[in-house]
Amino acid sequence: MELISLSALDLSLAALLVVALAGLTVWARMGLGRSLLIAGARTVIQLLLVGLILQTLFDHAQLGWVALMAVIMLAVAGYEVMARQQRRFAGLWGYGIGAVTMFISAFAVTVLALTTMVGPTPWWEPQYAIPLLGMLLGNTMTGIALGLDRLTQTVWRERRTIEGRLAMGASWSEAVTTMRREAARSGLMPTINAMAAAGIVSLPGMMTGQILAGAPPVEAVKYQILIMFLITAGTGLGTLGAVWFASRRLFDTRERLRLDRLKAGRHS
Amino acid sequence: MDRLLDVRQLKTAHLGPLDLALQPGELVQVTGASGSGKSLLLRALADLDPNTGEVMLNGQPRDAMAPVDWRRRVAYVPAETAWWGERVDEHLPVDFARAAALHLLEQVALPEASLGWEVERLSSGEKQRLGLVRALLNQPRVLLLDEPTANLDLENTKRIERAVRGYLAEEDAAALWVSHDTLQRQRLGGRILTIANGKLEVTAWN
Repeated sequence: MELISLSALDLSLAALLVVALAGLTVWARMGLGRSLLIAGARTVIQLLLVGLILQTLFDHAQLGWVALMAVIMLAVAGYEVMARQQRRFAGLWGYGIGAVTMFISAFAVTVLALTTMVGPTPWWEPQYAIPLLGMLLGNTMTGIALGLDRLTQTVWRERRTIEGRLAMGASWSEAVTTMRREAARSGLMPTINAMAAAGIVSLPGMMTGQILAGAPPVEAVKYQILIMFLITAGTGLGTLGAVWFASRRLFDTRERLRLDRLKAGRHS
Repeated sequence: MDRLLDVRQLKTAHLGPLDLALQPGELVQVTGASGSGKSLLLRALADLDPNTGEVMLNGQPRDAMAPVDWRRRVAYVPAETAWWGERVDEHLPVDFARAAALHLLEQVALPEASLGWEVERLSSGEKQRLGLVRALLNQPRVLLLDEPTANLDLENTKRIERAVRGYLAEEDAAALWVSHDTLQRQRLGGRILTIANGKLEVTAWN
């Protein structure tokens, strides 16, 4: 099987569908026309840019460039995690907790997968390293953002319960244990659902892509299974870590609940 | 006389600096306009809000004790007690003495079965009485009571007053009691601290 290259005309035809949809929403006065067109334009520009960057990266495969790309991806993901919090930690912690736990989980799992499972030569071969890291970071980011958001919201709402437990002689960890469990659950649920529904409800995007590119379905499936397990491990590790660190940061050394360490985010 | 609780230069963001001492067996009332900092004083003493200064229990500095041990010995009972489990007994200390619990329940006129009651169905008065019982089961040395009879009728109010008095006498413990009720102030007697703008202004003997 050969990969069928898409021409500019093919893409224009697809774009026409979005333009038609935008026209339809304008006609129906639903007010989505502008958003659709802007988002569509962003897709084209952003993806073309990434395509060019990846092409350059593949042509000049050097560890330094791959590392730089990885750091930029991490920096952006860290910002996204912070921006999605309704109540986030004040100061550097707001950025740090997400970025550090993502670095530990997503990077560790990616390096582990590259060196022991996939095994390209060299192990940081950009064709494998960058897409793998991208998928892991993307999913870990969502998990951590959901987990942290749920944690700070629940702790804020249940502060009387937490202080009631503290006053009865509970440790900070005991006082916040139910909120922590709920937050970890909330961060991991999308990943668990994706594993459970894989192949039945939807064909995962990466597998679909490989099949379209001409890979035998069973090979594509093997990659997909590997990726899903890696994503689960990375997201789980990252979410649990972030929720634990954040819950610790909500208390000081005398185990007092310190909600003053949170500040309202831009969405509240 | 020995000092059970000794507080020097206690300061929080909205309070103090203030000095305070409690003798064993003593019940000291705290009064003041709403928003004057009465609850903040109790919260600072329970170490629930950031604070500086020297706080000692039986001559032992607070910072030398684990927070968990401190809060068991210096028990804060808020005006609105928090309940998180489904049944009352989920909120008791793990290793509480059954006999002590029955004794306390009897004093606040609640049956033994109330330990198994559903939290959802408790009245505000029952919550307040059970909140006190639960705190006393930790056998605290100092009680920090924030309007512990706010939701109670006169009969139950007097029961709580007697129960706290009894506990202080039996255990040689001390209490700070925030109250708004003039008649209650006369019934309880003892020293009265008036707090205004975060400072202890008047210390009156009743």
